[in-house]
Amino acid sequence: MKTFKLIAAAALVSGFLGGVAHAQHSHALPTPPRIEWSFAGPFGTFDKTQLQRGFKVYQEVCASCHSINLLAFRNLGQAAGPGFSQGQVKALAATFKIKDGPNDAGDMFEREGRPADRWPSPFPNKQAAAAANGGALPPDFSVIAKARSYARDFPWFLVDIFTQYQEHGVDYLSALLNGYSDDTHGVEVPAGKYYNIYFPGNIIAMPKPLNDGQVEYVKGSDGRPQVPETVEQYSKDVSAFLMWVAEPHLEKRKEIGFKAIAFLIVLAGLLYFTKKKIWARIEDHHSHA
Amino acid sequence: MSGHSTYVPKSAIGRWFESRLPIMGLIHSSFVVFPNPRNLNYYWTFGGILAFMLVSQILTGVVLAMHYVANVDLAFNSVEHIMRDVNYGWMLRYLHANGASMFFVAVYVHIARGLYYGSYKEPREVLWILGVIIFLLMMATAFMGYVLPWGQMSFWGATVITNLFSALPVVGETIVTYLWGGFSVGNPTLNRFFSLHFLLPFMIAGVVVLHVWALHVPGSNNPAGIEKKTDKDTLPFHPYFTIKDAFAVVCFLIFFSWFAFYIPNYLGHADNYIEANAAVTPAHIVPEWYFLPFYAILRAVPDKLLGVLAMFGSIAILVFLPWLDSSKVRSGSYRPAFQVFFWVFIANAIVLGWLGGKPPEGLYVHASRLCTLYYFAYFIVVLPLLGKFERTRPLPASIAEAVLGTSGSASAMAGSVAASPNTKG
Repeated sequence: MKTFKLIAAAALVSGFLGGVAHAQHSHALPTPPRIEWSFAGPFGTFDKTQLQRGFKVYQEVCASCHSINLLAFRNLGQAAGPGFSQGQVKALAATFKIKDGPNDAGDMFEREGRPADRWPSPFPNKQAAAAANGGALPPDFSVIAKARSYARDFPWFLVDIFTQYQEHGVDYLSALLNGYSDDTHGVEVPAGKYYNIYFPGNIIAMPKPLNDGQVEYVKGSDGRPQVPETVEQYSKDVSAFLMWVAEPHLEKRKEIGFKAIAFLIVLAGLLYFTKKKIWARIEDHHSHA
Repeated sequence: MSGHSTYVPKSAIGRWFESRLPIMGLIHSSFVVFPNPRNLNYYWTFGGILAFMLVSQILTGVVLAMHYVANVDLAFNSVEHIMRDVNYGWMLRYLHANGASMFFVAVYVHIARGLYYGSYKEPREVLWILGVIIFLLMMATAFMGYVLPWGQMSFWGATVITNLFSALPVVGETIVTYLWGGFSVGNPTLNRFFSLHFLLPFMIAGVVVLHVWALHVPGSNNPAGIEKKTDKDTLPFHPYFTIKDAFAVVCFLIFFSWFAFYIPNYLGHADNYIEANAAVTPAHIVPEWYFLPFYAILRAVPDKLLGVLAMFGSIAILVFLPWLDSSKVRSGSYRPAFQVFFWVFIANAIVLGWLGGKPPEGLYVHASRLCTLYYFAYFIVVLPLLGKFERTRPLPASIAEAVLGTSGSASAMAGSVAASPNTKG
């Protein structure tokens, strides 16, 4: 009877939630398509070459407007990342001029970048960044892959607990980069703004940043590109790179998670049988509920 | 804890110390030989789980506090510094943030157990009220803790909730200004929230001590809801319940680890990874999931002051529960009509939580009002009337009988338990 009540209550709740959710679906944004990411799931890892390609896209296309303040040059050489060598990191850092000081004379000076330095911002401050971009501040990219998401309806947001879907952000970013449309569906787009089918409100200040063939990828040993140089590929690669920037310890986290849960399952088993053995000391028909 | 323990340490040093500070005897009488009803089910393990989670939050929190900076210009980046550069900082942060959610999962199950089995009834009224105080302290701690990363939800959630106090007539605006330490949520607010967030868990620990003390006067309630009569009804806490609680804690940790390691941002809000900006209001301001039912109640009432009173009232009403429930039968197991209203209450609370995350428009508002009505009606109408009119099932004569049935083996039990025997093999 108790089980029946539980099921009845659950059915009531599900029906109600499902019903109300549908009722409010008048003009929702389209759902970003699910992309298969190498870093998804309990055994996910970053694809090093993808991260390197994504970094190249960031550096050549995005870095002119978007800062990435929390990324240090040395991060590019750390484990489970794009896998730059220490020499490459040093060389890359040295191509940048970093403002430092004051020196003993009291002057500010410029010096070559070092691995410990953070990626320099393209603008001296937020106001300059906004002024150069029609009043709209290009967001910093350090945690943007975790700072964006989209709502999942009932019951999918419950299913996500079991499937470990955490890639809402990168699915959204990739969709956004592919989502520029000439067909504005009758919406009037103000001058200096653009129409994007995935951006909340549809009117975005950023012009379409990516075009086919814009970034040249490293060729394979046969001289041909390993992946297509298309907007779709650029979006995936740069999104994966941004996921790594947001969660540099992702691989370690999942690895330790597996070990922790495996250990706890074994421990739970041992404790369960010990519990049974201890409780068997007393003669009972049903010693516990 | 009524009366001195009979514990005599085995070593001379032990006896020397015990005669000066009888802490070993206290631990022995409270957590080794303490008699617990033999028919407890796994809902009774959540108290132990909560104590574990309090220690976990304090330990992870103290280490996080060594690296966190409570200043509006530095807070967000200090949390990212913890996530990126502090050794295992990402783990400390995710354990602490998800640990808070786990703390609330456990407390809601713990409270539901109390509601179903009548654990709030005489003679456990003060125990129950201490529990409500712990719950309020937890909510304050969690609210202030969420402000510390200084994301958009941190800032705007703080702005919305602290603004509620301005609804109080005459003194409201002044209270809010003093609370903020300024004329809006700013650096003084963040600083004092950090200070209080560090302090309150230790106050929780203190009230938990009182809570366990109050529990140990009558002892635990049990699923049958009848008080223990003889030694046959109980088993010593150690080893029977120490092992059972240990098993339950480990199972809970598996659930906790799934979130902390695999889906650490599932229970959070993406907007909190955007640094707080007083000039940009998020499209939808929502608190963390464990506050959503109360948020729904707040927004269900169209008047600001009445909404605030309804929200606080929904927790305050719990204090009066021992006197609102008129039933002479303690446990819901023997109250079939009560069970229907109870499970609808649980479903209603879940729906309220879902509604709290939705924009306050259209159908959602109407649904919130209906659900708020049922929430209060359960305490003010259903429980007082139900006790007078319900037909209850016959109660067993004793806990031992509830467990063993009415067979004669009950008397054979007394000897074997008292002698702390070996197993049959």
